[in-house]
Formats: sequence, C-alpha cells, structure tokens
Amino acid sequence: MIRFDHVAKRYPPGLDALANVSFEVNAGEMVLIEGHSGAGKSTVLKLIAAIERPTAGTVLVNNQNVGAMKRAAIPYLRRNLGLVLQDQKLLFDRNALENVLLPLSIAGFRSREAGTRARAALDKVGLLAREKAMPVSLSGGEQQRLAIARAVVNRPKLLLADEPTAHLDPGTARDVAKIFLEFHQVGITVLIATYDDALFSAGNARRIVLDHGRLAA
Amino acid sequence: MSVWLNQHRDALGSALRRLMSAPLNTTLSLLAIGIALALPACGQMLMSNVLQLARTTTSSPQISVFMKLDADHNAVSRTEDQLKKYPGVNSVKFTTSEQTLMRMKTSEGLGDVIAALQKNPFPDAFVVTPDDDRPDAMEGLANALRRLPSVEHVQLDSAWAKRLEALLRLGRTGVNLLATFLGVGLVAITFNTIRLQVLTHQAEVEISRLLGATDRFIARPFYYFGLLQGLSGGLVAWLIVFVAAATLRGPVGELANLYGVGFGLVSLGTSDTLLLLGLAALLGWVGAALSVRQHMRGA
Repeated sequence: MIRFDHVAKRYPPGLDALANVSFEVNAGEMVLIEGHSGAGKSTVLKLIAAIERPTAGTVLVNNQNVGAMKRAAIPYLRRNLGLVLQDQKLLFDRNALENVLLPLSIAGFRSREAGTRARAALDKVGLLAREKAMPVSLSGGEQQRLAIARAVVNRPKLLLADEPTAHLDPGTARDVAKIFLEFHQVGITVLIATYDDALFSAGNARRIVLDHGRLAA
Repeated sequence: MSVWLNQHRDALGSALRRLMSAPLNTTLSLLAIGIALALPACGQMLMSNVLQLARTTTSSPQISVFMKLDADHNAVSRTEDQLKKYPGVNSVKFTTSEQTLMRMKTSEGLGDVIAALQKNPFPDAFVVTPDDDRPDAMEGLANALRRLPSVEHVQLDSAWAKRLEALLRLGRTGVNLLATFLGVGLVAITFNTIRLQVLTHQAEVEISRLLGATDRFIARPFYYFGLLQGLSGGLVAWLIVFVAAATLRGPVGELANLYGVGFGLVSLGTSDTLLLLGLAALLGWVGAALSVRQHMRGA
C-alpha cells in the first residue's frame, strides 16, 4: 500500500530530515514509526499525505507516485486517507459535529447522510454525547478523539497519526491508543508516529525506527 | 449534479454565515458600497426623469417662416406652393396677419396695446413641420428656407431642444464616468474585504486543504461572499435612490406646477434596477475572484 524507495528529504539550508529511507507497508498492517524527537517521524507521514515532497527517491501510495503528483490531484489523494496531526487542527468556531462534517462537506455528501455518518464517527470515539460542544470546552483527550473522528468519517483505508497520545495522561493515552487498535482490527492500514510504543503493543504492530533520518531497524 | 449543488449550497451558506458573523464590518462595507453605487444610480434616476419631462413637454418641433410686410397676395401663395413642395417639409400651416392680430388682441395684457396701433404690425406667417426633427436637419432646412424670396425671417424652435440635448448628453457622460469610477471602487472594496476574509479564515483554509479540499472548494465561499456583498450593496444603493426620489418628489412637483407642467419624479425603473443589482453582484464577484487569486496562491 505504501512504498518508500531511497527517499530523502532535505529542508533548507541543509538539514537532512530523511536520508535514503526505504520501506514498505502492506494493506491492513499496523506500523509504528519510532525514534527520538527530530528523527524524521513526522516527515514520513507528511510525505505520504503530500504535505511535503521528497528531495530524492519515490513515495508510492496505492501505486501512485505521491512525490510527483500534480497539485490538482492531491486533494483526491487526501480524501482517501485519514490524517491526525500533532496539533489537531480543529476549527474552534465550530462545534464537534460540524468539525466532523467538514471532510464530508468537502467530498460533497448530502447533508442527511453526512449527519448520520458524522454521528457514527463521533460515537466510535465516544463523543456522541458532546456533538454540540465547542472544541475549547473539550479536554485534551477529547480534542484528540474528535480529531480521530474527523479523520475516519470518510472511511479511509489508510489512517496516519502523528504523536496521537502526546500530552495526554496515561489513562487517556490508553483510551486513544485503543481506538487506533480497533480501527486496525477492522482492516484499516494504520501508521502511527509515536515514542510510546508500549501503548500499541497489543496490536502486534510492526516497528520502523528512525535515527537522525535514517532507518535504524 | 447533486454533489455540485450541495457544494454550492454549502458555499452560499458559509458565505452568509461569514457575512453575519461580523455584523458591524458587514454593515459598514454595505454602506460604503451602497453610497458609492447610489451616486451614479441617482444620476441615472434624474436623467431618466429629465428625459421623461422633455418628452412630455416638447411638442413636435416646428419652423416659423415670416413673410415680408410688403409681400402681396401673389407672393404669399407662391411661397406657400414652394414650401409645400420643398423636400423635407411634412406639412405647412398658413396664418394670415389678420388672424395673428385677432389672436393678439384677445390675449391678456396685450389687447390695449394692440388696439392703440395704427396698422397691423404682424406679417403673414407659415408654420412648417419638417419630416426629420433632428436639430441638424432642422437647422439645414431653416437655412434653406431663409433663401426663399419674400421671406423676412425664419425662426427655428429647436434652439432650446438642442441645448437640452447637449445637456442630456453631458449628463449621460457624467453618469457613465461616475459609474465607471465607482464600479472600480466597488471592485477595490471587495478586493480588500476578501483579503481580510482570507486572513481571518486562514486556519479553515489550511485545514480544509489537509482534508482534501480542492482550490475551487476553498475559493467558492469567498466568491459568494463577494457576490452577496455586492448585491446587498446594490440593494442599499437602490434604497438610497428610492428615499431620495421620495424626498424630492414633493418639491419637484411644486416647482413643476409653477411652470405649469404636471410632473412627478419617479425612482429607478425595473430595467435600471436590474442593471444596478446585476452590475453590483458582478463587480463584487470580480473583486472576490481577483482577491482570491492574489491571496490564496500557495496558501
């Protein structure tokens, strides 16, 4: 499903975030990307979502060369993957339900069907009772779960998460990790950048360890 | 099709929400646009009223041909024949000097003066109605008639019509010029409000992109914003013109009465109203499109 082939990413003026990284992720797998802060974990996810483009090498997602993709084609790639970024990027002037509705509105869903789907996604992360809540009134864990609900509402085959349990207390982090494990169990390919691999150990996940932008294991 | 419709409905709703979410800003923008558009719209309203007035008060233009006082009966009938056959002449009406004298005697204030005169001071006269009543054509015809023998004087009634026409032309040019300037102003106002809108909604734009929104999806609410703002500004302008016309109607009516003309000032007609609203909406859209192209590149 995902293939990195000798991928390098260099940020100006000469910082190598990734160097000669090659790996493959099969459909239905759960993969943890680990490493110290600044090892290049986020960059891997950003390359898959075409937020960044590789300096060298190729990034294939569903056999599409994401790095060479035309600007106009990128939106359609992103609609097929669920993205949970480090800062959740919620819209603070809209309530929880409206935040989850946004990807559906982007994809052009009818409002009634969209409402049903959005509530189902909120239910899956345990936030159905708070659909009218504004994001500021949600706790850190709830905001994280809201971001997950928004990422999965389009029923993507591939779910990318960047440090989804950072800044959460151990109990809340376990709850959030469990949600990802559940998605993995129903067949979704899950890629998680994390430094806390113990949380996801129940999923029998494969590990990719990065060290200063190079594969360590 | 339904996806497309849904997306446009969403964009329209989103634009409406954005307009409503800052009522003070919106009101001020609408006032600025409304007043800017009201100036040419008021001009247009006055122009069409003056045109209407000119149309109702001008009887068909005529040329008066006065014979020499010493012209005898033969000369007069010869001239009448010539006039009737003259190219460009539609009809000829003959008034004898005696008829003119009788009419003057009965007219208010002049009767005594006329009665005191020793002999009839009035010449025989013809009133000529031309085929072509454009000022240039009438001028040419009058000049030709002046060369007829036994004709003392040719009076052209179109001088004031000509002045009116020149004035109207000037007024129309002024209105068009004003409309052009203020139309550009409207585009500029929209350009700037949309720039602020893009800045205000930067987070939403960025997040929408991450969630797979196309450029068009992101730009659409801004287009509708510009369109709605322009259209609402046009409505404000229409209201201003309406109120101005209603306020002026009384005084203008009194003035017209003093001149013995029945005349009521009317506000913008249907086609002018549609033109105003359509142009306002279009210019708003154009301003938004320019602004979006400028400010969303690479965002």
